[in-house]
Amino acid sequence: MNALKLKKGSTSHSAYNLRPTFSDTIEQHTLAVVVDNEAGVLARVIGLFSGRGYNIESLTVAEVDHTGKRSRITIVTRGTPQVIEQIKAQLGRIVPVHQVNDLTVEGPTVERELALIKVAGDGDKRVEALRLADIFRAKVVDSTLSSFTFELTGTPDKIDAFAELMRPLGLAELARTGVAALSRGEG
Amino acid sequence: MARQMSGAKMVVQALRDQGVDTVFGYPGGAVLPIYDEIFQQNDIRHILVRHEQAAVHAAEGYARSTGKPGVALVTSGPGATNAVTGLTDALMDSIPLIVLSGQVPTFMIGTDGFQEADTVGITRPCTKHNWLVQDTEDLPRLLHAAFHVATSGRPGPVLVDIPKDVQFATGTYTPKPKASEFRYQPPVKGDMEEITELVAALETAKKPVFYTGGGVINSGPAASQLLRELVEATGAPITSTLMGLGAYPASGDKWLGMLGMHGLYEANMAMHDCDLMICVGARFDDRITGRTDAFSPHSVKAHIDIDPSSINKIIHVDFPIVGDVAHVLEDLLRVWKARGRKMDREALAKWWQRIEGWKTKNCLAYRNSETIIKPQYALERLEALTKGMDRYITTEVGQHQMWAAQFLHFDDPNRWMTSGGLGTMGYGFPASVGVQQAHPGALVINVAGEASWLMNMQEMGTAMQYGLPVKQFILNNERLGMVRQWQQLLHGERYSSSWSESLPDFVKLAEAFGAKGIQCSDPADLDDAIMEMINYDGPVIFDCLVEKHENCFPMIPSGKAHNEMLLGDASTEGAIQAGGAVLV
Ligand SMILES: Cc1cc2nc3c(=O)[nH]c(=O)nc-3n(C[C@H](O)[C@H](O)[C@H](O)COP(=O)(O)OP(=O)(O)OC[C@H]3O[C@@H](n4cnc5c(N)ncnc54)[C@H](O)[C@@H]3O)c2cc1C
Ligand SMILES: Cc1ncc(C[n+]2csc(CCOP(=O)(O)OP(=O)(O)O)c2C)c(N)n1
Repeated sequence: MNALKLKKGSTSHSAYNLRPTFSDTIEQHTLAVVVDNEAGVLARVIGLFSGRGYNIESLTVAEVDHTGKRSRITIVTRGTPQVIEQIKAQLGRIVPVHQVNDLTVEGPTVERELALIKVAGDGDKRVEALRLADIFRAKVVDSTLSSFTFELTGTPDKIDAFAELMRPLGLAELARTGVAALSRGEG
Repeated sequence: MARQMSGAKMVVQALRDQGVDTVFGYPGGAVLPIYDEIFQQNDIRHILVRHEQAAVHAAEGYARSTGKPGVALVTSGPGATNAVTGLTDALMDSIPLIVLSGQVPTFMIGTDGFQEADTVGITRPCTKHNWLVQDTEDLPRLLHAAFHVATSGRPGPVLVDIPKDVQFATGTYTPKPKASEFRYQPPVKGDMEEITELVAALETAKKPVFYTGGGVINSGPAASQLLRELVEATGAPITSTLMGLGAYPASGDKWLGMLGMHGLYEANMAMHDCDLMICVGARFDDRITGRTDAFSPHSVKAHIDIDPSSINKIIHVDFPIVGDVAHVLEDLLRVWKARGRKMDREALAKWWQRIEGWKTKNCLAYRNSETIIKPQYALERLEALTKGMDRYITTEVGQHQMWAAQFLHFDDPNRWMTSGGLGTMGYGFPASVGVQQAHPGALVINVAGEASWLMNMQEMGTAMQYGLPVKQFILNNERLGMVRQWQQLLHGERYSSSWSESLPDFVKLAEAFGAKGIQCSDPADLDDAIMEMINYDGPVIFDCLVEKHENCFPMIPSGKAHNEMLLGDASTEGAIQAGGAVLV
């Protein structure tokens, strides 16, 4: 369990806040869901969101414990506090789900996303793209005489900002992984 | 004791190890190896239904009336898709089922093979969980897990999809593990701090009410027993949803009757005016709450439920308690007793006075007739003539279902089987088959509307083949009565397609199957006809010709508050001034 770096004590049940504040404010939450890596588990999670009309802003999934066959799904979702609580409770009810952690309420988190950004252009625009990439610490992973492909890691906001800057400079293609997130500190 | 055997043999062995005595099913190519094994043994009885939907409803009836999980077996493709309505029904009503489906062999999956359907994909949203078995070695583990998941926590239907090659191949059978060996372990004990806070609230409540539901039945007989003890000891009034009828006896003096859209006036008024609502295994369904922002506006609310997602889903509660009803009620009673069995008896007496006032409205009153059988009268007579018998009731969906809930009384749990959450017309007949199979000597009656009944009428064949003496008590109004009522009240009396045209002659229909048919249209003959039905040793279709345009009251129109209930004119006569809030 510790290998997965999840908070101690936050079992799939204690993660629920059964006394949520009721309001109409839309909040964004990052949820970490540990699941048995069995066939169809991702379809179950996605089906829950589409079937009950919840939003998915971003979703990433990969096996994180090969021996235990566990995967970690990181979901960024939006909704009122009640809806967020329902989402967590509904996720917790899925049989192969081990844990649901609401990283947003469990304290400070580190969130990172990876993006590949292809920018095509020449002359001043090309120079400017390279200069900005340097400021953002984006790496050039492929280049031709008329294009660059950058690799950039950072918060979703940082990637948004970089993509916006590249748009007038010839942004041709953008691929993003979605957010991976962990809570800060020891456990 | 691990043993080598074929997948098909494993299925039968696992069912045996799980204590299964009956399987409802229908064969086809993709389950032939399993049928072959069933043929070669005598421990498990297979009931051949006439449609896979009926197999699942029969398994539901079996499960609800015994407290054990029901089992159904269907073939791939159309067999599995026919099971979808039953699965959804069981999911909505939290009924534990294990449905086994055949599948094309693993090497053909994805090729649009003959009778291939993506069964796990199709049934994912209508099961609690499902698996496609890829390897015979996994089969015993998954079969045992299916029983564990279906019956633990909030019960529900589980489907195991078994490709034909997995049935033929040999593997190692592993016996039923201990329940504690599974990872899936929903908690059953409630939080003691919350329970203690609730006890404190109960001690000082002036107008408490227990609002109980299907979760009490799901929890088992101990839960009903503890509920009775709690209600008697505290003296607080109790109402129940459609799904919870029988958990507290209808003959008990704290009983207010069913609540909700077609619930009793006193039950709904008590919910609206209470100061402490204790919800026990119910889920604040929209048939209960009416307009949510006007739902019991001045009460403190507690909710005991095993599924955290039921809590705060619709209604914000003050005391959320996640746990199994029996476990939580046991702790609640213990704490309340230890703290001195306190209640505000004086306030409670006043609260009962108000409730007695509401009762005088006599909300179930109807105008009887000497010439036409009123559906309510038919049910009153059925109740009177079957009282004290070892009786189980199933229903179809519609007005007759609501009248049955109002006019039949249940003193024990597991005696009332109805499709609440999904409202599946066609549920009642196959469910009655399942109940009768589980309780061979009992009187099993399906209270039906003629339209619903026709939806699974092919099950007459099953009832006859297995000598299941189910009584089909059809309140025949020649209308899709519930639809007609809504059209009358809410759609300007435009009766769009709500007639039952071209009905069969039900007596001849019964005879065509070799069963008994009885028709009755005169109130004076009704008692004799009902007795004839009860005393006949075999399946009966009872065609009770009733008033065609009777409406089911009380009724809270959708989107209205509890105190905006419509009452029938028989009960509002002279009473309108008394309750100014009642809209008629
Ligand atoms: C035509 C029609 C009209 C209807 N009108 C009415 C009406 O007037 N009144 C009415 O009441 N209903 C009515 N219904 C039924 C209604 O739609 C719902 O099915 C019903 O109200 C739900 O009952 P429930 O709240 O008891 O929940 P159920 O569906 O029985 O759910 C049980 C709840 O208990 C929980 N639970 C399960 N097991 C346990 C356990 N061991 N321990 C603790 N908790 C547990 C579950 O998580 C769930 O939250 C009508 C249906 C139809 C078809
Ligand atoms: C499978 C299905 N289709 C449609 C409905 C909608 N519906 C609810 S009640 C009803 C009419 C039922 O008529 P009947 O069985 O004769 O009973 P009555 O209301 O007349 O007592 C209908 C069509 C449903 N509940 N289930």
